[in-house]
Order: sequence, then C-alpha cells, then structure tokens
Amino acid sequence: MAESITGESWTLEQAIANLQQTADPSLRYYAAWWLGRFRVEDAVAIAALESALSDTTDRSPDGGYPLRRNAARALGKLGNRQVVPALIQCLDCEDYYVREAAAQALAELGDDRCIPALRAKLGGGLAAAIAVPGKPHLVEPYAAVIEALGMLGAQAAIADVQPFLDHEVPTVSNAAARALYQLTADEVYAERLVATLQGPNLQLRRSALMDLGAIGYLPAAEAIATALTENSLKLIALKGVLDAHLPPTDSGPPPLTERTIDVMLLMDSLL
Amino acid sequence: MVTDTVTPPANLAALIQAVDAAESAIALVQAVRALAQAQHEAAVPTFIQVLGFNNPGAAVAAVDGLVALGPAAVPALLAQLDGYNYGARAWAIRALALIGDPRALGILLDTARGDFALSARRAAARGLGTLRWEAMAPAEVPAAQAEVLSVLTIAIADSEWVVRYAAIVGLAGLATALVDEAALLPTIRDCLMERLRRDPEVTVRARAQLALAHLA
Repeated sequence: MAESITGESWTLEQAIANLQQTADPSLRYYAAWWLGRFRVEDAVAIAALESALSDTTDRSPDGGYPLRRNAARALGKLGNRQVVPALIQCLDCEDYYVREAAAQALAELGDDRCIPALRAKLGGGLAAAIAVPGKPHLVEPYAAVIEALGMLGAQAAIADVQPFLDHEVPTVSNAAARALYQLTADEVYAERLVATLQGPNLQLRRSALMDLGAIGYLPAAEAIATALTENSLKLIALKGVLDAHLPPTDSGPPPLTERTIDVMLLMDSLL
Repeated sequence: MVTDTVTPPANLAALIQAVDAAESAIALVQAVRALAQAQHEAAVPTFIQVLGFNNPGAAVAAVDGLVALGPAAVPALLAQLDGYNYGARAWAIRALALIGDPRALGILLDTARGDFALSARRAAARGLGTLRWEAMAPAEVPAAQAEVLSVLTIAIADSEWVVRYAAIVGLAGLATALVDEAALLPTIRDCLMERLRRDPEVTVRARAQLALAHLA
C-alpha cells in the first residue's frame, strides 16, 4: 500500500476510482484529500466527494467518520456550491470533527444558505457551550461556526456571536472577536486580537496573528511584525493584510500607497 | 561592531548560564536578548543552540545576536549547518543572509536554488540581494553577481509566493550593487516586469511594482 500512497502521480481517473472503492479505507481517505489538494473541479469528483459525506464504512476507534471529514475539507476547496445542502446536513453529524470540517467548508464556499443552520449551532449561548467530558473539545465546533458566520457576512448573527467574546476558551473568544470585526467593522474587536498577540501563550499568539491577517486589519501591521511567533506566519498574516488593501489580481498594476509600502517593508524585514 | 573579541566580559558566563537555566519561554527570550546585548563571540555556540529550541521569540533574539557579531559568527554557522534540525536550519540561513558575508555565498546559492524548506529558500533569496560585495575580491565579483542573478531567476518562479516575493527583494538589492549594470540590469528588469504582469498573487505583483519603481 505504501506504493499506492504516492498520489502525486495519480491521474484524475485513478484518484476518483480510489475514492469510490471501498476495500482500502486509507486509500479513500487519501484520495479525498488529494482531490482537494489538487483543486479537482471535475463533476464526477465532486459527486464522489459528496457521496463520501454520507459514508458509513470508514469508522475511527472513537466512532468518528474520517472519510467524511476529509471529503468536507476537500469540498471547501473546490468552490462548487451544489454541495452546500449536503454540507449543511453534515453540521448535524454525530462526529464533532465532521461538523467542524463542514462549517469550515461552508465558510470557504461563501453561500449564505447555510447561515440559519450555523446560527442554530450557537443556540443556548454560553451556557450550552461546554466541554464534552473526556474529549478535547466543546459540544459544538464553536470557533469554526463563528468564523464561518463572520466570513459569510452574516449580519443577522451579530447578537448570536456577541456572548462568545466572553467564552473561557481563547480560540472561541478570538473567533468571536474576528467575526464581530468582520460583521461590524468596529476596531474594538480587532484590537482584542492585537492584545492577544502580546499575550504569553504561543498558540494563541499564532491564532490571533492568522485572524488579523484574515480580516486584513491594517493598523495591526507593526504589531504583527514584532509578535513573538515564526516569521513564516507573520509573512502570511501581513500578506493577508496587504491583499485586503490591494485591488483584485486581474485589474492592472496594483497602486502603491505609503501605507501599503510600509507593510511591504515590514515583510521584507521578516524574509 | 565588536570591540574586544578575546576577553569575555565578567558577566558573560552568567548571561550564558541564564539562557541555559531559563524556565519559561518568555524567560528564555529575555535571557537571549540580554546575551545578545553583550555582543561577544563566546556567545555564538549558545545562540546557535537556541535556534533549535522551537521558541520563535528566542530564535529571533538569537539571530539578532548572531547578526550583531557579523562575520565573526559566520564560521560557526557554516560549520554546524548540516547538524541543524529543520527549523534551526532556516534560522541559521536567515542569520547568514542578514550578515551578508561572501563566505556564505555558496550555501545561499544552493539554498535559494532548491532547499526543501521554503523558509530557507525565502531567507536565502533575500540574502543574495544583500551580500557585502566589498568583502569579496573585486576580480570575483562580476561572475558571482551573474551567478546570483541566475539563481534568483529560478527562485522568482518558485511555487511558493513567499519565495517569489523574497526573490524580488533579492533582485532589487542586487540591482543596487551591480558592477556591470549593462550586462545584468536588463535581465533584472525583465524578471520584475514578468512578475508584475503575471504573478497570481497581488502582494507579489505589488512588490515587483515597488522594485521596478526603485530601478528607474
């Protein structure tokens, strides 16, 4: 099998066949990843991934559905909105990680039909948002759901998200700050992330860094450049900031302003 | 830069000891910064050790310490390059790139040409633009600059945006140091124009635009 797990050389047909067979679960799991990785937008591949979202053969020891997780992740990358209803169904899968992957995929696909289902995940507010005993996660993938609502511009969800600013799990409160900045453009929320950048926890600094890049918050450029994290992550975050302040790629030479040049010089110093 | 490289200041041993004894990530960063301020060659092995600790704040401070020592840190960095882990190697390449000592030219060329780690390719591509050419025998400079240019034209087509970005910065730096402008400048301009026109990432296009503005 080690031989077959060198997917770089697969053809599209092989990858699809590997996803559709059922004899070798790890090959299916890898094929689902492969189709996302190589951005295969072929209709047959999309259909095969969509049907993998309801697979019942590949089970992990804890009862999860590994293939469904990877299929959802791949579909998020492929830009085909036909699969949105199937992904919405995955938000109710018994496997937490399938629900999380589905929320992330729905955010990437940018189709607002999923907003009511995402908002429903926040029902019960903070009181319901507790850890599952014996598991390293909460009852719902709150951070992924909240980030998705922010990325989708779900104005109607502002009041749903607000309480999660006070959630005791920092990744959840960061996600709320990020989403609320996207939904309200109120700098108070972005500045909460800037404060996290200066905090003592490396994982949280990394996550705040990526959040600030994702929301393109220009006033944070210097704070990003001086945060105590890897230069690789700072460069990705600053690119996010810069991308948000430059016109889309196909509209001629990007105009340079003093501020965008400042950000580039910060990036130069981190290379 | 370094005034006395022979006699360690009295407290250097204590500063090195503080790095070894640091009990938290933040304490390590502070200890490495303090050691960097001493600016003494005897701290080089400690800095190199810190590059492998998976503590990015401390690694930044250690790179700063190595860069402040300049050429004096280069032999040890080069000698230990093969023994570094993945992360430490990228930091070491970054230190060599920032120091700009021509003795690192070979390793920077090899790294920019095709290291498996993108952070190492990135650091090397940028460093090729800021070599201290005045430290190289003048007769060797034209051929070395031509080789740098040929490697940067490979790096500027890398599959990773950040390596392409770094190659642009490298080319912009090289353009300001050319001994034979007539031979190399047109190629640099063409490479930058190509990026400005075709790069799929707007940030890379913007950096090419900035570099071209400075060429004129």
